[in-house]
Order: sequence, then C-alpha cells, then structure tokens
Amino acid sequence: MPARAIWKGELKLGTTKIPVKLYSGVTDRTVRFHILDDKHLMRVKQHMVKPDSGEEVAKEEIQKGYEIEPGRFVVVTDEELEELVPKPSREIEIAEFVPPAAISQQWYERPYYLGPDGDVQGYFSLVDALTNRDREGIAHWVMRNKAYIGALRAEGDYLLLVTLRSAEEVISAKDLPKPAGRAPTQKELNMAKQLVSLLEEDEFNAKDYKDEYRERVMEFIEKKARGKAPRLQVVKSKRKVSSLDSVLEKSLRTLRKEKRAA
Amino acid sequence: MPVSLFPANKSSRAPLRMLSSEGEPLARRYYSEKTERDLDADQIVRGYEIKKDKYVVITDDELERLAPEKTRDIDLKRFVPANSIPPVYFERGYFLTPDKGSEKAYKLLAETMEKGGTAGLATFVMRGKEYLVSIFAEHGILRAETMRFPDELRSPADVGLPKKSKVSPAMVRKFEKLISSKSKKQMSARKLEDEQTERLLKLVKKKSGSRKNVVEVATEKRAEGNVVDLMAVLKKSLAGKG
Repeated sequence: MPARAIWKGELKLGTTKIPVKLYSGVTDRTVRFHILDDKHLMRVKQHMVKPDSGEEVAKEEIQKGYEIEPGRFVVVTDEELEELVPKPSREIEIAEFVPPAAISQQWYERPYYLGPDGDVQGYFSLVDALTNRDREGIAHWVMRNKAYIGALRAEGDYLLLVTLRSAEEVISAKDLPKPAGRAPTQKELNMAKQLVSLLEEDEFNAKDYKDEYRERVMEFIEKKARGKAPRLQVVKSKRKVSSLDSVLEKSLRTLRKEKRAA
Repeated sequence: MPVSLFPANKSSRAPLRMLSSEGEPLARRYYSEKTERDLDADQIVRGYEIKKDKYVVITDDELERLAPEKTRDIDLKRFVPANSIPPVYFERGYFLTPDKGSEKAYKLLAETMEKGGTAGLATFVMRGKEYLVSIFAEHGILRAETMRFPDELRSPADVGLPKKSKVSPAMVRKFEKLISSKSKKQMSARKLEDEQTERLLKLVKKKSGSRKNVVEVATEKRAEGNVVDLMAVLKKSLAGKG
C-alpha cells in the first residue's frame, strides 16, 4: 500500500516551481515498552508536581519560563510563543547548492522523500540536473508550524529532503583541542594504513547489517509471553591491554593469513 | 582501545521549564491511576504490550543479558570510503575521546582514516539498543555516527513513488545552469540559523528588563539540576586531563 503524504509543497528553483508531496523516509522499528507500576502492571500516568512538597500542579496553573540565571526565570506566555511560530507557507526555498562533501555527516537528521505532485517532467528533470552537477541544495521550509532546514539531494531516481540540524546544534571537531600524546611514527602509519586497506571494502553495503539485538529481544518477549523464558547467561566482558605495536603486527599477520587461506 | 563517548550534537539552546504560579520549577512524576499515588523509580517496570492491556515485563537485567558479549565493544572490522554511505543513514553524532593509555592508538587510527578518506563500521549495544555506527575522522578527532538499520528506511517502492519517466533536456539544462550559478564551496553559516530560537531569545532578553516578567525562587528551594558543560568535559578529556 502506498504511503500517505504528510505534507504538500512547492520546490522553488529560480522562477520555476515544482509541486511535490513529502513522505517520511523512515519506519520506526524500535521495540516499544510501556512504563507500568509493578503492583498492578497497569500503565502509569504523568503529572507535574512541586518537587519539595509533591503537591500536584494543575495544567492551567503551569507557566513556562526561560532560565536566565540559576533560579531566575523569564515567564513566556502561550500567546507570545504563538507569535514566534513562523508564517505558514507551501514553498520549499533553495538558497544555495553545495558539494555533498561540504556537509559533514553530523548535520543530517531525518530523511523525507519528495514525490511529484503534477509536474512529473519537472521533477525528474531536477533529479537529473542534481545528479549531473553532483550538488545538494540547502532548503528552507515551514511545515506544521515549524521552520526546517534541509538538504535536497538526488538519491537514485528520486528527490530526498534530509532535515539538517541548525548551526547551534552542531559541535565542530575544529573547535576541540587535539588529543594529547605523541604523534604516530611513519612506521606505525604505514602499518595502520596497510591494516585499514586490508579491511576496506569498495563501498558501504547496507544489506550486510541488521539489528540482531532487536530480533533477539522480540524473540525473548514472545517466549516469555508464552511462559517459557529461557534462562539467560550473565555476560562478562574481558579486556586485555597490549602495546600498540604488538597489536598492529598481530592483526596484520592474522589478516594476511586469512587472505591467503581465502 | 578504550574510548569515551560524548554527544557531538546539542539540543535546542532555549529549553523552556515548567513553573508553578510562584515560579518554582516543577518535576514530572509517574503516578498510578488506581491508587492515585506517585511512584518511585523502584515501583515502575518496563512492559511490552502483547495484547490490549496485557503486558510482558522485561527487566533491565534481561535486556542486558540479551546483549552478546562481542557487541559490548565497538569492534571496528570493516572500513569503507567515507563518501559511500548515503546521508539517510545518519542519526546522531558522538565524539570519541581516548581514555588514559589509548592516546597513541587513537591518534594513529584518526590520522590513518582521515588521510585515506575512510570510515569504519561497527555495531555495538548501548543502553538496551543495538547501534550500527560509522566512525569518521575529522580534524584529528574520531566521531561515531549512530545509523539507522536498512529495515528502518523506506524504499521509493514502499512509498509508492512513480517510475521515472522522460525528462526534458531543456529543463535539465536550465536546472543545471541554476545549480551552477547558485553553487558555493561551503554552506553559509547564516543559512543554518534557527530563527525561531533566535526570536525566542530576543523576546526573553527584552522581557528580562522588567521585573514583573521575572520570577525567582530561593536557591534552597531550587529543584536539583545537574547542568554539565559538555564542551568543558570534552576539552578536558581530549587534552588528557579527564
């Protein structure tokens, strides 16, 4: 069954507008637990209380505050917050284009597919143009009362809009001090390079990965539901400390052996 | 190589707290509808709903024991070209900092990966969830990005997108020209600002000038809050003083 679009908009590129539908690019597969009280095994409720007295505070009495210094809050009313909501718009504006490598992985948040909503030719022409130029567009739009920043990119035959974090949410490695300790020697660098290249594959193969832990948890839940939960072993983790040189050499030796055997 | 993880993303700069009418910060508590009593942490359990209102209780201990030993460590066994992982996979970033004694190995791995444009791939279990992570080296620092598993991503067919149809060469050329004319080498910082938060902070600043907008609670009444300066912790840890 085709998915339902969660929003409709228009991609604005110069003077051209391409109508699009937006679809979630992800499916939630998290094993969802509920919080229960241990006596009745019933779902719990939540409320807001004064931490000292435990006295409940009704919803209508709660006010929102921004902490300007410890213990001092500026009260912000719901009306004021309402005014901060950006004006609704159907436009997805593309401010600029950058090479994909200019966007560090840290920025990407959540992917959405864009599907054509009428102008099919315009849609697929844009896919080709983005692919040919190898660029991602920096997009701005307002959806459900919230302003978004995103990267517009071609993925295969289709357009993806991946939301990006704002500048304030991303800590750059550039602003961190360099780790302490001496620089690696040329010999070590050569060995490490060999080691990595022995383990390096041509490209990322998504098929190789699945959430085995999630499967194991679900299997266990099903068994427990039928009243035959298997006894689980206590796991111990062990750790050995060895010198970097000996580890590198040992790894290289083992890997070469494996390669020869294969 | 023992390392510590620190978030590489901060959440919003402008969290609003819920306050009582007197301005006392409130706490969120769980309570039982049946007894109308608040519940402490040791009075709640985690349950999986197998049918309406019927739950199987799963303990932390059981989840812990379901994690295989090998996945407790980040086992870097595969490397791929860093640019071969599509951005749809990335979820959250964590900086890895070397623990005492592993600085040498850390620097060696970071330099090798950064020079080679290589990313490492591994799975590991943390707080009741298995993570697929890719590890990148940038500016001499290793960063792990948690990733979605392939079955968490939809395909164009799942969504029901139409098959690709004929494009108009004239339109493709027009878009290509537009892309070239608006291309930059780097993202402009100004384009990445969260304007809504900016506006909230401006409003707060304006309002803070007038006493009637400000509520204050005596410091001893203040709810316990453990504010950690992430940058300070990171800096200390990377410089080996952690």
